Amino acid sequence: MHIAEITLDINGEARSVTVRNADTLLYVIRDKLGLTGAKPGCLNGDCGACTIDVDGNPMKACLMLAVEAEGATITTVEGLKYTSLQAQFVDKFAFQCGYCTPGFIMNAQALINKNPHATDMVITEWLESNICRCTGYKEIEEAVKTALAVARTALQEQLK
Amino acid sequence: MTIGKSIYRKEALEKVTGTAKYTDDYTSPSMLHAKLVVSTHAHAIIKAIDTSEALKAPGVRAIVTGQPDFPLTGEEIHDRPPIAYGKVRHHGEAVAIVVADTPHMAKKAAELVKVDYEPLPVVNSPTDAISASAPLVHEQLAKYEKIQHVYPEPNTNIADRVKIRKGHIEQGWQESEVTVEARFSFGPSDHAAMETRCATAEIRPDGHILISSSSQAPYMIKKLMSEYFKLDAGKIIVTTPLVGGGYGGKVPTQLEIIAYLASKAVGGRPVKVFNEREEDMITSPVHIGLEATVKLGCRRDGVLKAAKLVYLFDSGAYSDKGATITRAAAASCTGPYHIDNVWCDSLCVYTNHPYATAYRGFSHSEVLFAFERTMDMLAEKLGMDPLELREKNAILPGHTTPTQADLNASNVGNLPECIRKLKELMKWDEGRRMEVNGRKVIAKGIACIWKTSTIDTKASSGVILMYNPDGSLNLMSGLVEIGTGSKTVLAQILADKMKMDISQIYVRMEVDTQTMPEHWKTVASRGTYMAGRAVLQAADDLIRQLKDIASRILVCSPDELEVGFGKVYVRDDPTIYSKIPDIAYGHKYPNGNAIGGQIMAKGNYMFRHMTHLDRDTGAGKPGPEWTVGAQGIELEFDTRDFTYKLLKAYAVIDIGKVLNYKAALGQVIGAMSMGLGFAGRESFIFDEKGKVLNPQLRTYVTPRYGEHPDYIVEFVETPHIDAPYGARGIGEHGLLGMPAALANALSTAAGLHLNQLPLVPELIWKAKTGGTER
Repeated sequence: MHIAEITLDINGEARSVTVRNADTLLYVIRDKLGLTGAKPGCLNGDCGACTIDVDGNPMKACLMLAVEAEGATITTVEGLKYTSLQAQFVDKFAFQCGYCTPGFIMNAQALINKNPHATDMVITEWLESNICRCTGYKEIEEAVKTALAVARTALQEQLK
Repeated sequence: MTIGKSIYRKEALEKVTGTAKYTDDYTSPSMLHAKLVVSTHAHAIIKAIDTSEALKAPGVRAIVTGQPDFPLTGEEIHDRPPIAYGKVRHHGEAVAIVVADTPHMAKKAAELVKVDYEPLPVVNSPTDAISASAPLVHEQLAKYEKIQHVYPEPNTNIADRVKIRKGHIEQGWQESEVTVEARFSFGPSDHAAMETRCATAEIRPDGHILISSSSQAPYMIKKLMSEYFKLDAGKIIVTTPLVGGGYGGKVPTQLEIIAYLASKAVGGRPVKVFNEREEDMITSPVHIGLEATVKLGCRRDGVLKAAKLVYLFDSGAYSDKGATITRAAAASCTGPYHIDNVWCDSLCVYTNHPYATAYRGFSHSEVLFAFERTMDMLAEKLGMDPLELREKNAILPGHTTPTQADLNASNVGNLPECIRKLKELMKWDEGRRMEVNGRKVIAKGIACIWKTSTIDTKASSGVILMYNPDGSLNLMSGLVEIGTGSKTVLAQILADKMKMDISQIYVRMEVDTQTMPEHWKTVASRGTYMAGRAVLQAADDLIRQLKDIASRILVCSPDELEVGFGKVYVRDDPTIYSKIPDIAYGHKYPNGNAIGGQIMAKGNYMFRHMTHLDRDTGAGKPGPEWTVGAQGIELEFDTRDFTYKLLKAYAVIDIGKVLNYKAALGQVIGAMSMGLGFAGRESFIFDEKGKVLNPQLRTYVTPRYGEHPDYIVEFVETPHIDAPYGARGIGEHGLLGMPAALANALSTAAGLHLNQLPLVPELIWKAKTGGTER
C-alpha cells in the first residue's frame, strides 16, 4: 500500500492530507476532509451525485484519484457562495430528497460559468450525466434555465 | 394563510448548500466498516465458507457468517435469515460480513472469502414457481413463525393467497355480452434511490444499542430488533437523519440487523454497513414483479358485469412486504370501477429472484397496468371510446370496493370530474392516433387510477410541540423526511392553526426514536394525514394551555380568549392580551410569584375502523379513503424502428385539498417520471440461472435529464373530511397510471396489444414481427 501526503487546493483552502495512491478523490474529500456534499451514489461514474468542479470543469469525484488532484483548483458544493443557481433550485422546487442536488448544482454551475449561452441541446448534454430519482427533471430544467438567464443578464450588464 | 401556498421546504438551504446530512455522511475514527460477501448463485447449497485467508488480511477485525441461532426475520412471515445459512435463495444474498478498519480493507478481505456452493435448480418466474414440479425455495415453510393474517401454503412456493369474492362471478358472466381476457407480465425492478441504503450499529457497555439508518421506518427497526434478539425495546435507540429517497425501498429492516451482528462480533464497537450500488440493487430488496390474467365481462352498452383476476406476485426469495403487497393488490384488484361481481386470487410467490419489498404505489401501478390495458382491449372489442367506457363505469359514492367497503362522498374522490378534465386537457376528441408522415405517428393513451392504503390497522402517529422563549415553536414528529416535504407541510398546518408566521416554527428533521413520538412508518402516502391530525390535536392542547395561563393574568374565563399573532387576547377586545413569550415559559407576577412553566403539547392519531380482510371473501375495510385520478400519455412513435419519444404526460388527481402547491406538483410529477421509467425501460435482466445481469446504473437505465416529457398536472379538490383540511394522499399516485397509459398509447400507435413491461423498442419489434423481420 502506497501512502502519500498531498496538498489539495479545495474551496480556496490548502488542505494537506495523507492518502493511499488508490484512494478516489471522492473518498478523500468525504472521509478525510469532511466535505460530505458530494455523494457516493454509484462509485462508478453513472449517477453524477459526486460531481465537483476541478479547474473549471465538472468532474465525477469517484472517477478521479486524489493524487491526480494535486495542483488542481477544486470547488465542492460547500465552496459555492449561494449562487443564483442554488436560489433557483430552492425557488423551483428542483429537489426533493436532496441527495443528487449537490452533483446537479456543481455540474450546472460549471455550465453557467463556462457557457451562459448554452442551448437546450448543450444543457441536455451536460445534465444527462446526472440522475435525479425524485423530480421529473422539469423542475431542474426550470431552475437551470432561469439561472442561465440571470448569468446572461449579468454578462450584458458588465459589457455596458 | 400558509395552506395551499408553495412554502419553501424547511430543509431547503441545507440541501442546496451540501450541508444536509444523510446516514453515510456521519462517521467517526472509532467506526469500523463492514463489507458483505454476496452469493454468486440464485439457488445453491452453501457447502463451506473458508474465511481463513480473509481473516489474515490487514485491518480485518471479524468475519460473521450465518449461524443456526440467528433469528429468522420478516414482517409477516419469519422466513429470512439475516445472513444466508445452509443455502442461498437469490443472487446477491449476503453470505458473510467482513468487518475491518476501513472500507477498502473490508472490501479487499471480502474478496478473499471462499464460498463453496452446490447449485440447485432455479425458480425463475412465478409461473415456474407454482408448477407442480417446481423446486421449493423454502422447504420449512410450514414451520415459520408468522402473523395471524397471512396464509402460506406448505410444500409449495406460495407464501400467501388472498381471495376476493364479491357478488357471484358466474352470474356476472351470464349478464355479460362481451368478454375479453388477457395475460400480462413484468419482472422485478429496482427503486434505485440515489442514496444507497446505509446503517450503523453500536452496542454500548450498558446494553444500549445505537442504530442509525437510512430508513423509512426507524420505529419498526426498534420494534423488530427487540423481537428478533429479545432485547429491551427501551435500550434500542434508532436515529434517522435525512433520507435520500425511499419509494418504499427503505421500509424493511435489513442492514440494521447486519450492522448489529457485525458490532456484536467486534465487542460492540460502532460498525457501518454501506451498500454500494450493486448491493443496493440486488442484496437489498427490490420492486416486485407480476404475472397477471385479467378477464372482464360487460353488457353491449359497456357496463361492466364481471371481473376475474389472477395475480402472481414475484416476491423473490423472501416474503418481506410481498405478502402485504399481495393483499393490497387484492383490495384494489380492479381499476376504479363499479363492478358487482369480482373474483380474484392474489398470490405471493417465492422465486429465486432478489426479494421484493414496498415500491411507490404498493401494487397499484402493477395491477392497474394489467387492468387498464384490458379495459382498452374491451373498449376496442366494443367499438367504444376507451375514456367513455371508463366514465360509464367510474366508481362513485354509494358503490362498494372489491372488499365490499362502502364508499361515500368523503372517502372517495370525484373520478368523473378527473376524467372530464383529462379529456379536455388532452384534446381527446381530436383523435388518439394521428399520422405525422409516412413514418411517424402521434398516439395517446389513458388510464384511470385509485389507491387506498393497506397499512397495519393499529398504526399511529404522534407529535410533540415545545415553545422556545421567544414564542417560536419546535415541532417533533417521527415522520421521516424522505424527500416528500411532509415535514414542511406539518409546519404549514401548525402555522395556520396557531395563526403564526411559519418562520417561527422549527421542525426537527432527524428522527430519534428515544425522544420523539412514533410515526408508525413513513409510507403509503399517509404522512400528512396521520401526522397532520396529530399536529392539529397537539395545537389544540397548546391553545388550551395558553388560554389557561392567560385567563389567570387577564382575569377572565379561558372561553373568552383567542390565540393568534403571537398573543392570547380577549375575543371582543383584542387590546387586552398576553404576549405568548410572556407566558410560554410561565408567568411572573409583579410580586415575584410565578405560575406555569414551559408549555409543551402532544397529539396523536390512529385510523378509525380499519379491519382485516376476511379470509374467504376479502371483505373488510383496508384504508380510510380512496384517492382517484385519470392520467394520459401523448407520444411520437416511429413505425420503422419502433422507438418513441414521450411528448406529454398528464395527470388529473383528486387531491382533496392542495396544502403546498409546488410540493404537491413535485410529488405528482416525480412519481410520473418514476412510473415512466418502470414502464418504459427499467427491469432486471435475469439469465437462465436467475442471475441479475444488470445490477448497476450503467446497465439498469433510469430516466435521464432531457428525456422528460412536458408534464401537465391538474388537481380536483373533493375533501376527505377526516383528513387535515380535507387533503388526500398524493405521494404515490402520479406513478399509478403511467405504465398502463404508456402501454395503451404504444398499443394504439403500433396497432397491437403490448401486455408486457418494460416497453422497450425491442419488445414492440418482437410483438410486431415475431422477432424475425428487420
